[in-house]
Amino acid sequence: MLVGLGMFFGVMCLVYWLWSKEQGGSVMMLAGMLLCFLPGSYYFWWSRRMRPRAEDDPKATQASGAGVIGTFPGTSIWPFTMGMGAFFVVLALVFGIWFLVPGIGLVGWALFGGTSEGRRGGKH
Amino acid sequence: MTDVLDPPVVHESHEPEHEEHHGPTGILKWMTSTDHKVIGMSYTITSVLMMVIGGIFAEIIRAQLTTPNNSLVSLAQYNELFTMHGSVMIYLFMGPFAFGALANIIVPIQIGAPDMAFPRLNALSYWLYLTGSITMLSGFFVAGGAANFGWVAYAPLSNSVNTPGAGADLWIGGLLLTGFSAIFTGVNLTATIFYLRAPGMTMFRMPIFTWNLLITAILILLAFPVLTAGLIMLYCDRHFGTHIFSVAGGGVPVLWQNIFWFWGHPEVYILALPIFGMVTEIIAVFSRKPVFGYKGMVFATLTIGALSLGVWAHHMFTTGVVLLPFFSIMSLLIAVPTGIKMFNWIGTMWRGQVWFSTAMLMAIGFLFTFLVGGITGIYLASPPLDFFTHDTYFVVAHFHSVVMALMMGAMGALYYWGPKMTGYLLNERIGKVQFWLLFIGTQVFTFPMYILGLRGMPRRIAIYPLHPSWQYLNGVASVGAMLIGLSTVAFLVNIAYSWKKYPAGDNPWDGHTLEWFTTSPPPHHNFYRLPQIRSERPTWDYNHPGHQAAAHGHLAEALIESDVNS
Amino acid sequence: MSRLALLPVAALALAGCVPTFGAAPGATTSSKSAFRLWQGFTVGAIIVGGITTVLIVWAVVFYRRRGDNIPRQSQYNLPLEWTYTIIPILVVLGLFVATMVVENKEEALPKTNVTIEVNAFQWGWQFIYPGKEVVVVGQTTQDPTMVMPVNENVHINLTSSDVLHGFYVRSFNFSRYALPGVLNQFTLRAVDVGTYHGQCTQLCGLYHSLMVFRVKVVSQSQYASWLSAHYNPKAANAAQAALNQQTSSIVPTTPYKSEGNN
Repeated sequence: MLVGLGMFFGVMCLVYWLWSKEQGGSVMMLAGMLLCFLPGSYYFWWSRRMRPRAEDDPKATQASGAGVIGTFPGTSIWPFTMGMGAFFVVLALVFGIWFLVPGIGLVGWALFGGTSEGRRGGKH
Repeated sequence: MTDVLDPPVVHESHEPEHEEHHGPTGILKWMTSTDHKVIGMSYTITSVLMMVIGGIFAEIIRAQLTTPNNSLVSLAQYNELFTMHGSVMIYLFMGPFAFGALANIIVPIQIGAPDMAFPRLNALSYWLYLTGSITMLSGFFVAGGAANFGWVAYAPLSNSVNTPGAGADLWIGGLLLTGFSAIFTGVNLTATIFYLRAPGMTMFRMPIFTWNLLITAILILLAFPVLTAGLIMLYCDRHFGTHIFSVAGGGVPVLWQNIFWFWGHPEVYILALPIFGMVTEIIAVFSRKPVFGYKGMVFATLTIGALSLGVWAHHMFTTGVVLLPFFSIMSLLIAVPTGIKMFNWIGTMWRGQVWFSTAMLMAIGFLFTFLVGGITGIYLASPPLDFFTHDTYFVVAHFHSVVMALMMGAMGALYYWGPKMTGYLLNERIGKVQFWLLFIGTQVFTFPMYILGLRGMPRRIAIYPLHPSWQYLNGVASVGAMLIGLSTVAFLVNIAYSWKKYPAGDNPWDGHTLEWFTTSPPPHHNFYRLPQIRSERPTWDYNHPGHQAAAHGHLAEALIESDVNS
Repeated sequence: MSRLALLPVAALALAGCVPTFGAAPGATTSSKSAFRLWQGFTVGAIIVGGITTVLIVWAVVFYRRRGDNIPRQSQYNLPLEWTYTIIPILVVLGLFVATMVVENKEEALPKTNVTIEVNAFQWGWQFIYPGKEVVVVGQTTQDPTMVMPVNENVHINLTSSDVLHGFYVRSFNFSRYALPGVLNQFTLRAVDVGTYHGQCTQLCGLYHSLMVFRVKVVSQSQYASWLSAHYNPKAANAAQAALNQQTSSIVPTTPYKSEGNN
């Protein structure tokens, strides 16, 4: 699907460029095409190598999906911390550079905290 | 397709079964939760609050326009008001509501997933959205007021010479935050839908709502980075002395419009596709039929998504510097998949058992209103017609028809999925009052604006002293806006009135999709058990064995059968 | 192209008995064809919208819930689905062809000897008549008036000295952005004498609401006498010099127009 979309944008980009000779739009369409090919080719590559998954099997029973799907943390303070950090970074753009100090501090702290929490598996 | 269903089996996850989740409560729960349902509720409440704020701005705007030379607000305040009305409604209400609020709650449950793929990223999205909203709105409290260059912020009006002051910077900052929030949500939704589907939930068994959200997520990933880049360029122009959008330094003002609308038109579909999905689900459930032309619907959505990235300059026809035929034909072509959707919706109701609950009324209201908005959109895709309606109230009326249709879809979705989220139904009688206020209000509000636009009233004007004849129609439109405001009041009253009054049960509407299989509200990690998934309507198939969707039919066959049946 | 041009001709034949649907009939040649396109679109919109409305109402009225039985679970009807895919495509292509015929007429830049340089600024308009040593300038409520002769191709060069503005005349069914750094060119051929209201349609700051002007279409002789009455070389040359400086770096035509329509 993504590869198809990417090809569509590729054709559109070519048509648009040849017809209009306008740079901005053509570059954005080119970028759109690449942005589709990037995950599209990744998924394509994986879909060739992965064993068939239960969710793509039209006859799968619920039992065939049994097992651990992944780790889902129940609670975590770090997104909030990082959100506040980003908030301060943006305020620095408006009100003064000194807002960057708490901003980058909070973001860094949250990055560190969130990563180590992820390593431990997180709270459920 | 077998009629026999295996008994439901326990859906294994790492969570111990049948055990309530114990975690922090109260404000700490809200702050730290990474559960997609809690985040989705936060999104819902915040975005509805934003809708109320944006609505108040709208009412002030309409009050100002009731007389030709009104001085209710000053010219400067008026510019701030409509800028923030547009910004709040588009960036802070419709968008986050469409792909943040209900998507967050419903998509994982519809595909049988325990949560979003990246719960912490999901929480971060919400915090960025909330802080972004606060940032943008705080513009009202700084010297010079909020941003006042329209929600499109056309350069060079948005540069530091023409709009100095912190309000504009707060607008840019708020948009940067909500932009990143949207991008993270896009990543999250894509990954969730690709990797966390329940066994048997193949791509072509996903409910239309989930399909639409997948395509929305891809559009977000394609469009929002462009906006973010544009905003950073705009900020650099304002503060670091670059001349990307200013003529003085060799820049090109129209480049901003190209960048903005390269995001801005897909954004229209980023708002609309989720609501299309909601309406599709509602119509199917309340007609007791499967979605008519399911695969056609999916391909129509894909086509809309693909075309939407090639039509941005139809907002710029009158700039004189865009390639008219290209954008004209691309924009006109979007009418085709949209028309397919419209006919599929009608086909879903056809020969069904249409139950006029509030949600269904809202969906039908959506159909009518969107029909008006869609057809007037075709006019605007034709450059000669765009030349004489561009930047007049005709355009304002067109997109208000569209967004008010989306608003009805959104309200319908709240009535439809609200019970799943909270466990309680809303009062149907107040709901119907709300629907009629909203529906009639919308038509009374938009139709005079179409005529005003044709009579030459430009948008974004606070006074029209030379045209007292416009007063009458403006007054009618203001009455319509008031009715819409009253409908919102009715909605809030309904929430207060129905507070924990009508327990919903697991499946109040005889729903089709997996979210109606679990409890209301769903447990932590969503499911105690899952049914066998053999179509896009697993819950329906489980509840009504022997009523699976009929296979591909042909027109003649269908006619003969209907004759036999009747 | 001649066969394709039949479409607007058909619309023209209809125009006699079709109402205006609220739009202005137009006072220039191209605005009249845009108006006929508008009528054609609206007739089509009423037909398509009417059919769809009837279908929705039909479904809502006749298939409302009447019991607890489950309807037939029909999901696909490929012939029907193809029908309502292909018909809209044909309709859209028809609309596109009609659009292109009118648009090419509107975008054409025929030879002319009347040129007006229109310069928009915050918050007013300046009209320079090059070679005639005439300039009209006015802000907000001073009603600057652009005088132009009837039945004559008038070539407009539109630009802006600060932010974006919109040159919009309702009776001409036409608007075009005034962009800083761009010289937008178009031709107006007025066929009806009269005074028309014009206004800036693109948000341009504080006094956007008041940025109005007038267009006065007069006979050839009145135009000549108006020009001589407003003969003011000093002011006109100064304005022209300022404008030249402002537009000196501009390439006067946009790339695709220069290929297509000259």
